[in-house]
Amino acid sequence: MVVPDVNDAAVRQRIVVTMVERSMKTRWSTASPVVRRTLVLASVLILGAVGMAAQQQNFDNIQVRSMHVQGKIWMLVGAGGNVTIQIGDDGVLVVDTQFDGMADKLIAEINRLSGGKPIRYIINTHSHGDHVGGNQKIAAAGAQIVAGNFAGQIAFRTGGGNPAFIIAHENALNRISRPAQGEPPPFEAWPTDTFFVESKDMYFNGEAIRLLHQPNAHTDGDILVHFRGSDVISAGDVYTNARYPNIDVAAGGSINGIVAAANNIIDLTVPADKQEGGTYVIPGHGRLADEADVVEYRDMLTIIRDRIQDLAQKGQTLEQVKAAKPTLDYDGRFGAATGIGNTDTFVERVYNGVKPPDPPANNRNRRR
Amino acid sequence: MVSAAALPASAQIDITGNYEPIMHEDQVERIPGPDVGDYAGLPITEAARFRANSWSPSLLTLPEHQCKPHPSTYGFRGVGNLRIQSVVDPESEEIVAYTTHIRWMEQKRTIWMDGRPHPPEFAPHTWQGFSTGRWEGNVLVVETTHLKAGWFRRNGLMLTDAAKMTERFIKHGNVIQHVYMIEDPNYLTEPLIKTSGFLLQDRDYMEPYPCSYVTEVPRARGEVPHNLPGTEASNPSAEYAAMHKIPVEAARGGAETAYPEFMRRAQPAAGRTGAQ
Repeated sequence: MVVPDVNDAAVRQRIVVTMVERSMKTRWSTASPVVRRTLVLASVLILGAVGMAAQQQNFDNIQVRSMHVQGKIWMLVGAGGNVTIQIGDDGVLVVDTQFDGMADKLIAEINRLSGGKPIRYIINTHSHGDHVGGNQKIAAAGAQIVAGNFAGQIAFRTGGGNPAFIIAHENALNRISRPAQGEPPPFEAWPTDTFFVESKDMYFNGEAIRLLHQPNAHTDGDILVHFRGSDVISAGDVYTNARYPNIDVAAGGSINGIVAAANNIIDLTVPADKQEGGTYVIPGHGRLADEADVVEYRDMLTIIRDRIQDLAQKGQTLEQVKAAKPTLDYDGRFGAATGIGNTDTFVERVYNGVKPPDPPANNRNRRR
Repeated sequence: MVSAAALPASAQIDITGNYEPIMHEDQVERIPGPDVGDYAGLPITEAARFRANSWSPSLLTLPEHQCKPHPSTYGFRGVGNLRIQSVVDPESEEIVAYTTHIRWMEQKRTIWMDGRPHPPEFAPHTWQGFSTGRWEGNVLVVETTHLKAGWFRRNGLMLTDAAKMTERFIKHGNVIQHVYMIEDPNYLTEPLIKTSGFLLQDRDYMEPYPCSYVTEVPRARGEVPHNLPGTEASNPSAEYAAMHKIPVEAARGGAETAYPEFMRRAQPAAGRTGAQ
């Protein structure tokens, strides 16, 4: 038996890739050839669009702004997804890292807010580049505490450094490490501390933190991060009050998963009084919210889903459904003509998610 | 007016006190409340009409909808007493804020008079919004942003959280005339302007108004009551128009229905009610 040289970065990466491939093969093998082709094509288009947008974006004039939410939680905005940080005696925990080009500015703001406390953990709510792009730099700026007898494992993963751990659902690691298009980010940017069950618990800075998987919502690897002591949920892109949700079908997303995730958030939140305040929710994109805001969003998604499903069940084609304008009342607030999450794409993905399945080919032939 | 505006806030007219609404304007709309499908004279967009037609009163049976107070874009049209108080800086004795409190569901708001800016766009929105005030002569002018998605009539005519409101508090003797102007780029084609009167009272009888939700109707998890397009329930203006013998296009609202020219054009109504 040949023992791999774990001091070689390429070897370390190959070992993790093999583990990821094994994980993905199980799920991939259950999809039909048509579904596989559709997913690959859609994935290429989506990831290509996100990647190109990030490459073309100039971050020079974008500043990171921050706001204290409550307890130990702050919300940071800049370019890309919203960032949540928890600050306490144990150090700093960061949820999502925007783009690589924003990382230095984020680190500066985190240091300013925390007084230079070390970043111990990064949590990725899902796999998209506008939420994980700063992983490598921000992790490298941090420092994890490990027991002495585990130091070798840390060195194995990082090539000798001691960066912050990066945590995500296993499906997010799969998407990041094996993108449908282009090269994966550097190994050091991967969230290699993963879980594959429905939740993971942590305790950091004196409060319980629950990572709750939301299956097949925005993607197949979304998690809610619930800071129970501070009473704040970092929702990632399963809740984005700036626009219609981007249902990334190629990455395992679905309208019913997004609606289920919104209902899960409503179950977790407790308003303080008169349906206001209490638990706060930091969306993947958009402004700080509470339960009433998520209820408005859940209602919107449910009503639009029901309308499109009703039309689809009556046999209407996608073009007929679009012509019926089932999103008319919400387009001004959530719609967009172009870009990720645009209205046309949103309607199309909802339609494909709720239309009755096509009859088997042999049945169609029989009718003829 | 210029010299009055230059006075410190504490030297302006005193608007504090306890008031009772005077139902001289739009009483039927306020008590008992509007009919579904009645949008006449309101400058609503097609999107607002579509949403109102989709709205079902059963939505209010959901636990997460039961304890919502009126937003400030509607509360002054309600029926509860109004208490206005001043907040004074103990050092300078300047009025740094006014607070308004309307009885039903304890609609409490602070109107900042100390010149502070409004919060950034990513700050949370509230039912009463973030309000700042200034004096224009003896008129208190209030600008409100950061409102939650609310409503301006209790029959499904909603506002998005992009709405803004400008108010004027005008005091004549023991009466305050409250004027509000709401703008919403999504649901209003032009500003909606309403006025309401309040009469100063000798006694303060504000009461607490706690709220806790109950499960009123067993429902499947995540079920949201609404009217699907194409159903009879999604065309409430037809029934309203027929019931009141007015043209259905008047009931469906829109800015044009507020003007006398429309009223002349819309006559006679015979044979046109209830038709789309």
